[in-house]
Amino acid sequence: MDGRLRDAAPEGPTITAPAAQADASPRDLRALVAELREICGDDWVFTQEHQLRTYESDGLLQYRAIPAAAVVPGGADEVRRVVAACARAEVPWVARGAGSGLSGGALPVEDGVLIVLSRMKRILEIDLENHRICVEPGVTNANVTAAVAPAFFYPPDPSSQIVCSIGGNVAENSGGAHCFKYGFTTNYVTGLELVLPDGEMVQVGGRELDPPGYDLLGAFVGSEGTLGVATKVWLRIVPSPETVRTLVAFFDSTREAGEAVSDIVQGGVVPGAIEMMDAKAIEAAEQAARAGFPMRGAALLVELDGAERECDARFEEVSTICARRGSDDVRVARDEAERQRFWKARKAAFAAMGRISPNYFVQDGVIPRTTLPQVLERIEELGREYGLIVANVFHAGDGNLHPLVCFDGAVDGEAARAEELSGRILEACLEAGGSITGEHGVGVDKKRHMPKMFGEADLDAFQRLRCAFDPAGLANPGKVMPTPRLCGEVPGEYRQHPLEAAGLAERM
Amino acid sequence: MTVEEAAAAIREHDAVRPRGGGTKLGWSPRGDAWDLDTRPLNRILEHNEGDFTAVLEAGVPLVEAQAAFGAAGQMLALDPPLGTGATIGGVMATNDSGPLRHRYGGVRDLVVGVTVVLSDGTIAKSGGKVIKNVAGYDLAKLFAGSFGTLGLIARVALRLHPSPVHTATVTAATDDPAALAGAAARLAALPLEADSLDVSWRDGSGRLDLRFGGATARERAHAAREHVGLDTGLDEDDAERWAELRERQRGDIVVKVSGRPTDLPTLIGALPAGGSLVSRAALGLSWVSLPGPEAVAPLREALAPRACTVLDGADRVDDPWPTVDPGALAVMRRVKQRFDPAGSFRPGTFVGGL
Repeated sequence: MDGRLRDAAPEGPTITAPAAQADASPRDLRALVAELREICGDDWVFTQEHQLRTYESDGLLQYRAIPAAAVVPGGADEVRRVVAACARAEVPWVARGAGSGLSGGALPVEDGVLIVLSRMKRILEIDLENHRICVEPGVTNANVTAAVAPAFFYPPDPSSQIVCSIGGNVAENSGGAHCFKYGFTTNYVTGLELVLPDGEMVQVGGRELDPPGYDLLGAFVGSEGTLGVATKVWLRIVPSPETVRTLVAFFDSTREAGEAVSDIVQGGVVPGAIEMMDAKAIEAAEQAARAGFPMRGAALLVELDGAERECDARFEEVSTICARRGSDDVRVARDEAERQRFWKARKAAFAAMGRISPNYFVQDGVIPRTTLPQVLERIEELGREYGLIVANVFHAGDGNLHPLVCFDGAVDGEAARAEELSGRILEACLEAGGSITGEHGVGVDKKRHMPKMFGEADLDAFQRLRCAFDPAGLANPGKVMPTPRLCGEVPGEYRQHPLEAAGLAERM
Repeated sequence: MTVEEAAAAIREHDAVRPRGGGTKLGWSPRGDAWDLDTRPLNRILEHNEGDFTAVLEAGVPLVEAQAAFGAAGQMLALDPPLGTGATIGGVMATNDSGPLRHRYGGVRDLVVGVTVVLSDGTIAKSGGKVIKNVAGYDLAKLFAGSFGTLGLIARVALRLHPSPVHTATVTAATDDPAALAGAAARLAALPLEADSLDVSWRDGSGRLDLRFGGATARERAHAAREHVGLDTGLDEDDAERWAELRERQRGDIVVKVSGRPTDLPTLIGALPAGGSLVSRAALGLSWVSLPGPEAVAPLREALAPRACTVLDGADRVDDPWPTVDPGALAVMRRVKQRFDPAGSFRPGTFVGGL
């Protein structure tokens, strides 16, 4: 790699094509595969196409790639040795958890190695006294809460929580329905054991907060597998709320429901979850979940959790606000079974789209919450312009929209039109002051939209971080950044500090 | 001053130390650098009341920002001791926090976007101004607590919260460290949704303060008393009390300990004569006030391997920073080299000689 790196401009990161992945010759890979077999055992290295098909996509099926090999390490040290072997062979690799991501973040690199972490699902330590749990990356999100229940729980709860892994959650900084109140994965990870792309293993953070030095932990969480792979994760858990109260209110329009959301939040209520569905989403969800939802313009699911007294007081307030904003149908969950029915309808909305449309794209835009009415109008307008139906499901508290763009892949050109419409919707979110992704990640799916949100200088700053962790560009190349970039040598001479010169301090 | 003007000035200097209100200048070695005073970057660029977000220039004094937010019934849930004019940029650069951290998290949890200026004058942003966003790398976290060694924090986008309409505090006192720690642990394990839980120790006696905020603060505080297991009082006019607890984070020599909640008895046991502490009991973060620089080493030894960072008085001890794991330090060094290749920002003043 040296020759090419030296050719890079001295001023730091530069745009250069092609990416690193083209380099390895088949012969190199055969040697690498033999090494992988030695590290993990024959049973855990796959190279046959029929075996590799399992891994060709993550949760986003429109992207497919077959890696040269998939390896399923049994522990952290095996991961380290696999990554080190890839580094020596200069072969790119992608880490994969449960493969439930929705941005193509775990899409394999052709001719690269896929490192599958599904065997690493041990819970290593539970420390309830200090509100911590330490797990391997393959442990599912739901199993973290299960391990510390009933007194504690782990708040981030992506819809896929039954299957998605903590390692994937760390890579994507996963959110979920309850993050308006509780925050995201990044607010709960206190430590990571990492294998860096050069095969070195380091620990950043641990059980304690505010470790000295740069917050490498904060930089790593949400880096979508481009800075290394986590082999051990320390998480903060919190006491389970005393009580949970859930209601669904139905409105004639999303505008009315949106106004109710504003009133609730302005009034100082921080609901555990506040979710909205529009008419199309209700229709689909009802067909799948049969929760008895009426076909109205909008449904608002509000969940309050916390101290019993505060919930009681606030619940009254929320019901009153919904009625004042035009809801004539407020249903309060009478028991846990009914609450589960409400949630089932909400969580079924994505999958249920298949019942009203042969295909659909899910978007993940974010907007400042107050712009909801204008942006919804704009989305409807765009839908009409493109002749496609768009159903909307939102995490309404934090302005995270999931527009579902419906299309029929069998109709010539409709998929392309739907994709273009999806892009236009993200542009509408950006014009409103928002973001192209709230929780699904950039992956391969949204990287082409990155330049709409970030300028060249911003992307250049991102690349500096990437280069600090992965100068050779082997970890999940082709994701996040809109164009392949290489890292130059560290520009300029690093000046020797006087303390160093005096022998009072040293650099490693 | 504009951010562009700051960038031009940075390009012209070999060594730069960004400074705000100057309330924490002693928190790391002085170094030999030109002071970039951020106070002219003093505009509140946005306060989006309906969205509970704000965008501030780095030199805005936190007191001023809080007054603006407060007029709308909102707050930035970050309440470090403010001295005479701590700025948002300085608070972010030093990762400072106060009692509200118990409920709302620290700087890293409340900053949603940042604009920075690097040593070559590059002005770059990360994040955005919405509270949920995973596009691109989270450079705000990297710059939070970087003590001005990576670049200038120029603008900060923040998440705000509703100010509590009422507050009430449960108080208890004891001179038994185990009883104090036991009470704190019991309370921390309950889903009380308290705003703050502080434990403090001075002159052989300890205190516990548990604050509630919100419409039902008084009722909830009252109900929590039975869980304390000590004689309790209730303070409904508690602003002074918390202002005083915040000030306990400052002193002649103050060591911040990144520990665990269960460390509390050890911590109290390690206090020298004349020492005192205030601890965010559920978080394991403590600020230990020492009588002199010579007390730092024995404290570190007693608490090893916990990380002990000298804040106040850092410029008067040999080693204000704790030792960092060599592997992690190597990555930090590479981060420093990439973001500040010229080594302009406070060279040699941060952990591991960075």
